[in-house]
Amino acid sequence: MEVSVTVNGSQVAGDVADRMLLVHFLRERANLTATKVGCDTSSCGACTVLLDGQSVKSCTVLAAQADGRDVTTVEGLSSGPDELHAVQQAFRAEHALQCGFCTPGMVMAAVSLLAENATPTEDEVRSGLEGNLCRCTGYHNIVRAVLAAAEAAAGSSGGPSPQASTVVAAEGNGAQ
Amino acid sequence: MSILGTRVVRTEDPRLLTVGGTYVDDLRVPELDGAARVTFVRSPIAHALITGIDADLARQAPGVIAVLVAADIDDLPPPPPDEGNIEAAPLPMGGLWAEPLLAVDRVRYVGEPVAIVISDDSYHGADATELVSVDYEPLPPVVTIDDSLAGTTLVFPDAGSNVAVESGGEPDDAAFADCEVVVERTITNQRVAPMPMEGRAAAACWVDGKLTLWVSTQNAQIARFILAGAFGLDPANIRVVAPDVGGGFGAKIAIDRDAVAVAWAAKHIGRALRWTETRSENLVGMTHGRAQRHTIKIGGTRDGRILAYRLNVVQDAGAFPRLGGFLPFLTKLMAAGAYDIKHVQTGSREVVTNTTPINAYRGAGRPEATAAVERAVDLFAAEIGKDPADVRRVNLVTSDRFPYQSPSGPLYDSGDYASALDKVLAGAGYQELRAEQARRRERGDTVQVGIGLSSYVEITAADADGGETGRLDVHGDGTATVYTGSSAHGQGHHTTWAMLVESELGIPMDNVTVIHGDTDLIPLGVGTYGSRSLQLGGVAVQKAAVEVKDQARLVAAAMMEASEADLELDTESGLWHVRGDPATSKTWAEVASHAGPDGLTASVNYTEGQPTFPFGTHLAVVEVDTDTGKVRLIRHVTVDDAGTIVSPVQAEGQRHGGIAQGVAQALLEEVVYDSQGNPQTATLADYAAISAPELPSFELLTSETPTSINPLGVKGIGEAGTIGATPAVQNAVIDAVSHLGVRHIDMPATPVRVWAAISQAREG
Amino acid sequence: MIPASFTYKRARSADEAVALIAEHGDEAKYLAGGQSLLPLMKLRLAAPETLVDVGRLDELSYISDQDSHISIGALTSHHELATSELLSRELPLLAYAAAQVGDPQIRHRGTIGGSLAHADPAADLPAVALALDATLVARGPAGVREIGAHDFFLSLFETALQPGELLTEIRVPKPAQAGWSYQKFTKRAIDWAIVGVAVQGGNVALVNMAQTPVRAGMVEQALAAGAGPGEAAERAADATSPADDLNATTDYRKHLAKVLVRRAIEQARGRS
Repeated sequence: MEVSVTVNGSQVAGDVADRMLLVHFLRERANLTATKVGCDTSSCGACTVLLDGQSVKSCTVLAAQADGRDVTTVEGLSSGPDELHAVQQAFRAEHALQCGFCTPGMVMAAVSLLAENATPTEDEVRSGLEGNLCRCTGYHNIVRAVLAAAEAAAGSSGGPSPQASTVVAAEGNGAQ
Repeated sequence: MSILGTRVVRTEDPRLLTVGGTYVDDLRVPELDGAARVTFVRSPIAHALITGIDADLARQAPGVIAVLVAADIDDLPPPPPDEGNIEAAPLPMGGLWAEPLLAVDRVRYVGEPVAIVISDDSYHGADATELVSVDYEPLPPVVTIDDSLAGTTLVFPDAGSNVAVESGGEPDDAAFADCEVVVERTITNQRVAPMPMEGRAAAACWVDGKLTLWVSTQNAQIARFILAGAFGLDPANIRVVAPDVGGGFGAKIAIDRDAVAVAWAAKHIGRALRWTETRSENLVGMTHGRAQRHTIKIGGTRDGRILAYRLNVVQDAGAFPRLGGFLPFLTKLMAAGAYDIKHVQTGSREVVTNTTPINAYRGAGRPEATAAVERAVDLFAAEIGKDPADVRRVNLVTSDRFPYQSPSGPLYDSGDYASALDKVLAGAGYQELRAEQARRRERGDTVQVGIGLSSYVEITAADADGGETGRLDVHGDGTATVYTGSSAHGQGHHTTWAMLVESELGIPMDNVTVIHGDTDLIPLGVGTYGSRSLQLGGVAVQKAAVEVKDQARLVAAAMMEASEADLELDTESGLWHVRGDPATSKTWAEVASHAGPDGLTASVNYTEGQPTFPFGTHLAVVEVDTDTGKVRLIRHVTVDDAGTIVSPVQAEGQRHGGIAQGVAQALLEEVVYDSQGNPQTATLADYAAISAPELPSFELLTSETPTSINPLGVKGIGEAGTIGATPAVQNAVIDAVSHLGVRHIDMPATPVRVWAAISQAREG
Repeated sequence: MIPASFTYKRARSADEAVALIAEHGDEAKYLAGGQSLLPLMKLRLAAPETLVDVGRLDELSYISDQDSHISIGALTSHHELATSELLSRELPLLAYAAAQVGDPQIRHRGTIGGSLAHADPAADLPAVALALDATLVARGPAGVREIGAHDFFLSLFETALQPGELLTEIRVPKPAQAGWSYQKFTKRAIDWAIVGVAVQGGNVALVNMAQTPVRAGMVEQALAAGAGPGEAAERAADATSPADDLNATTDYRKHLAKVLVRRAIEQARGRS
């Protein structure tokens, strides 16, 4: 069937199998490979993207279901490696990624979480990320990054988030 | 001030955060244009003879290019003979125990590769695998260690036994004769799945007789070595590339038969191929870890002195004994742990079963050793009614004994075990925790609190004599390139190796490019496992930097018409100048431009004389709902001393990740088979990988006791978490309900298991 | 993993959806949010030949106050239930339970109608619908009919919906007794309930204690007869037939039901 999806602001259209999953549409048709497949059961969240602004698991959405809708992947969050979105910036500053495979999905889940709850508690961040698995970080720094991004957004009263230093990582990662 | 030890953010991150890196399945290189897809047909049955395979329907299905089976493999040299060198390298055992690329006439576990479907895309591949009809004649499955030891059914009939390896002498009970108290128990260190977020993946193409294989591996060079053996090729005709790798945890050491089969199939049909396994395949096809049964016996005096300890290990090797005796070897090596115990005895058997093969998983043999001895110490403490912290303090090797010869074999290089324990007890507020526990017990609260300890020592770079390569080039524009044989898959080598170069040479780390995981560029190397990278690969880079500095000194001296003895490098500014004349200087760009045809370059193959022995203490605090058995980890406090810390941010990250995996083994994760050998945990809906809500923030305390084994003073940190955390959490769970009469609960301490233990204790 | 091939049809109205299903016969299924159906199809445990996508029927996505009851469109997402001010005021049990379904991504896509029609005994909302005495409205080729929640869940993944019928609305009477509780017992946050308990006033429903969600009738009778929470909860496992599986034994589930029912009743009383 013909589908047309607005991906990161650009229209991506084509004839796809009715059964094509959105994640494969993004990876194979839009050639946006940041969105990963990490499981078969909607358990891991590596494929998380925003569909009309809300986080969804793109392995459990048909491309056909996204027809005519807006999809945002991690590639659409910022203009490139030199200009990070506040959540990406916080992930870097807090060392919230290691192997990086869960990262695009985790970042998109975090963006959606903060859109729904701008000032989450640590527990709210942890439950808000219940659908995203990470095998490297033990979630410790991911949770810190989301809290830091929330704090940065609050501190900048709605304006663009300040870019943290690119040289020095967050202090106090250790004993709390 | 040196950049070493400062909180530097990673240079890897921007690409990973914005375009998601480039893992095997993300590759969009010209060589793979039009590559076909591989989908494996895997055995759905644990143990059976294959009596026929009919792939005609599949061959005619839409999009299918070919279906290949073992009979098609007529173009490979015979596998190497069994050399009996079972404790040497992480290679499959050969001979009787050899593992074919595709099952030949029998299958030995659910998930074993049986046939290869090659199709235009993964959708058609998934469809066609359902059309491959394999006739199986079922055999009795050998599922458990007891099934295997019974020997009624043999997994390898030609071997004549299910015991692949056996070592250790007759147990000597005389060692326990002087003990006032002896406790003996059999416990399980359960099978778990490494479950890197990226499963296994490979892409292969052959051009003019040369193979290029992109593979998700921890060791491109070892993978090339194995491929060279499998194809009978000169390694020069093989290029292995490890692009971004989404975690390994030991299960991506070298290369699995599946990826070798992909490379073979690409050659056989003359077409580039891609393979990316699904998670359901990953959970049965990728190797599992742990899977040991321990019989522990510990004895000592009533006042808390441990006099004798025995550990007997039975390793469930799964269907193919890949690591030979290696995992139990490490377990036995580290059996005595951090304790000064006069008599230590060990023995092991490695048995085959009709289950997924066992291989390294973060810690690989050492977490099992620590889990055994830490449970033993707690059982002993419970038996004599002493505080487990006090029993540990009395028996830990004291700081004045280093280097310390452990009774189970190794020579511990440096440590201060009691200080790690005391620091953790103070940091956690141990006395107050015990007071809170007493209050809850007194009140008979439903939710009880438990405190668990684990004092560990581990071995890192166990194969230190295997060494690691490093090469450093400084270019005419003043930038530098590092080529490292170590291969990161999340460990941040780009950042750390660049820090080492900046520290030594004053070239800003942003001007340092780090390359790894491409055998055309780095033919020699070992890779990343066993917490070896920094102390071998990092030191190799640091030594290469020193050599380059010596070369540059000569060049700069000539340029500045000064004696080389008078030349100084200011590592803050990265400028060469003559002592006493800071106004005149040469940049790295200028020096490198004058360095002659070879430029400034140095290659080092660094080997260490011996491994290092990091140590620490973990303390876990759990709450146990005694009505339901549900456990909640509420605090986790650790000291993990890995010598000098080069990148504190990343060292903490390694600890965090390891702790989470360690907690997961203690509380949640287990690979389960039913009585017929069918996996019950083959999706992430059933395999209980730990997630953020199950964990607290961790409390990391610092401690750095440098080693003198290498010039950086560093030890490995990658596996401390899984080694330290698991027994601390397990001990905490048992501690929470010990007043009810519970002495032991096997892992994982799931609600049903904890409730059953409480119920059993209450019933007496 | 990838679903087997099927034909995708998108409905522009509820009527069209019903017509499309009628046209494509037994092997056609409605697709709402797809959060239960698509994973089953990917594992090839389900292979419908036709999917009729009702996911865009905004006419079936609403929560409205009808004085005596609340009407909820079948395509209202879990996220919308969980964040509805109307529900948090009038049916806090439903709002809270909806927030316990799956994870945020699943709650954004998954719908109440999809969850009820899927009829997984381990799911959260079927038992909640039972505890709330909800009425389910179905539209089919023969017209519209109402089905009481207690008549709706027939067996494992089997409901009273006739072939071709589309669940369109859930009507929930405003509870006479305000006290409520939802107890979901899992190993991990994201897991399906090992056992769950929904209490609204004197109504008690159980998750995952049988092939369908069930009302704990003996508990309700005991409560009505004046029993305290502990005493009433002792009857929680009566007439249940919980599974023995990877996560729990039958005995453990029965034990959990008693513990959770007691806690739920105590919490509900604390809230009344």
